[in-house]
Amino acid sequence: MGILVDGTTRVIVQGMTGRSGTFYTDLAMRYGSEYVGGVRPGKGGTRHMGLPVFDTVGEAVAETGATASLILVPAHNAAAAMLEAINAEIGVAVCVTERVPVHDMLQVHAALHESKTVLIGPNSQGILTPAGCKIGVMSTADARPGCIGIASRSASLTSEIVASTSAAGLGQSTTVGVGGDPIHGLGFRRCLEMFRDDDRTRGVILIGEIGGIEEEEAADYLTSIEYGKPVVALVAGRHSPSERRMGHAGTLSMFGSRTAGEKAARLERAGVKIADDADKVTPAMVDALA
Amino acid sequence: MILSESRSKRLLSEYQVGIPAGATAASEAEAIERARDLGCSRFVVKAQISAGGRGLAGGVSFSDSPEAAGKAAAQILGRRLVTEQTGPAGEVVRRVYVEEAVNIRDSLYLGIVIDQQTALPTLLGSAEGGVAFEQEAAVRPEILDRLALAPDCAYDDDAITGFLERIGLDGEPLSNARQLVIGCIQAFRKNDISLLEVNPLAVTDAGQTLAVDAKIVLDGNALFRHPEFEALSDDLWVDTAERTARDNEINLVRLKGNIGVITNGAGLGLATNDMIFDAGGLPANFMDIRTTATSFGIARGVDLLLAESDITVLLLNVHGGGMTVCDTVVEGLAFAYSRSKRRLPIVARLAGQNAPWARTILKDRRLPHEHFDTMSAAVSRAVSIASGRYR
Repeated sequence: MGILVDGTTRVIVQGMTGRSGTFYTDLAMRYGSEYVGGVRPGKGGTRHMGLPVFDTVGEAVAETGATASLILVPAHNAAAAMLEAINAEIGVAVCVTERVPVHDMLQVHAALHESKTVLIGPNSQGILTPAGCKIGVMSTADARPGCIGIASRSASLTSEIVASTSAAGLGQSTTVGVGGDPIHGLGFRRCLEMFRDDDRTRGVILIGEIGGIEEEEAADYLTSIEYGKPVVALVAGRHSPSERRMGHAGTLSMFGSRTAGEKAARLERAGVKIADDADKVTPAMVDALA
Repeated sequence: MILSESRSKRLLSEYQVGIPAGATAASEAEAIERARDLGCSRFVVKAQISAGGRGLAGGVSFSDSPEAAGKAAAQILGRRLVTEQTGPAGEVVRRVYVEEAVNIRDSLYLGIVIDQQTALPTLLGSAEGGVAFEQEAAVRPEILDRLALAPDCAYDDDAITGFLERIGLDGEPLSNARQLVIGCIQAFRKNDISLLEVNPLAVTDAGQTLAVDAKIVLDGNALFRHPEFEALSDDLWVDTAERTARDNEINLVRLKGNIGVITNGAGLGLATNDMIFDAGGLPANFMDIRTTATSFGIARGVDLLLAESDITVLLLNVHGGGMTVCDTVVEGLAFAYSRSKRRLPIVARLAGQNAPWARTILKDRRLPHEHFDTMSAAVSRAVSIASGRYR
């Protein structure tokens, strides 16, 4: 179980023959995920790491029955790769690529409207259902199958929380990196909806930060229903100067973007338990589940 | 990447956006000459820095003769201007923009942003433009009008007209403003702009519309499509240390404190700084080592911290993930120490991928460090060292 991906998910890799494509496909296959092919225009008909390579996503889906795609292509081709995956109606497309131009993402976002594809990313570490399926570039060393759903805007803090939830014996149902860019696919709200319907998930951890509107959308959603499972959130950047840019493109505070404190307060009003720092997230969840 | 006012306006003028006559100058003599060339009777001299908030910080002044404009330029050139947007270090003024002062009848505001909620480029407009606009809009959001464009910035002519009517325009100024807005939309799309602001959008006594001040933020991720902007990045980058860090795949922001912070990932960097503040300390910087950084690049980043005399301790907080592993960071740290005379104490907290190996490196290279298993313990130790309670 878990959300979006599990042991039955069949994955192709767009950009599999490149250096990082090769490296991360290899790691994911060793982890035991079901990788069934790759896409690289011009190399259709060849094989790479024992898997068939296709010219297009459409051909790869038709031949392999793939249900998900990992996109590891350079930034200037990333939007085209995402659009191709969306047009081929693949179930889940995960884009790890960083630094995708925002105007390109406007086109991709428009294509997602009424499409059958759930896009994760870009600028995401990916999605992991421990012992089921890994689509992304995250470390799996500390991940354990379990009952906590994690949706995060930060890869480094996700590693942190994965390690602490495993150490506490809770483990993870699925961890999702929604990505650090201002315009992206899947967000907190949809993750919360899916974790709510997932039997294995007993509690949800949200890892947010300054900028963007993910936390506000999550708070509005949680206010609108009786969620039924504990939600714990960390919102990083409470002390960062609001006018300045801190790393992620999505964290540029601008029109309408709230401070970390305002985001945390809004989530708290929606019934979310706020952890002041990363070390307090898992203890808060342990308390909530006790 | 933020374009200065003069570059922003020059870019907009290529799209038929009207701007007042003006030119840049780097000295008093140059400023006098530029003012004479303008041949008008009243001038405005504006500091060219990348941050906003100049008007309120004394970066803009008016004068009635070329000589007075020269004096105004001399007063501000070489000065460090600190505005609410520059950060505490401020920005040194290396050039001024000498411009014809226009008779403004109405000051409007025009912006184009990418609305994260709708994922659409969106026009923002207000009848109440001017220096205090941002503060005003924050408390009275109703003064701001919006119009969403298509994802590719396509627009509907009638909708633009309606939008301009709503911000108080009619007659000739409206048709002039429409040309200005359409020029801005084209510039926004063709140059991969992520934020464009014209404030004030001035309506002159004669009914002309002019972009009297403009600010453009280019999408740094799209620079590969715009080699023409590469040359600009040199003189526009705010802070040399931050720029050096960026060239080495590190996001660095300098802050006021004395704890040098080394972290991987923006989220972990923000969370670490939060914990330092909560423990009563002050971080000297925010650091996000990008997944693409090498040990050599990380060494350059550590060099920058070792060069800051205010810093008394380094806090190394790394969670090795699938892309940045702990030993890559520690190798960079060791390299920086090997070529520096400074032996700042290091408080380390290493977890995740290759953490044990990275700790072995810290020991083998005899780096002056203490290791803690939790973030809180490491942060509290760093804060006590920084506050002088060391040993």
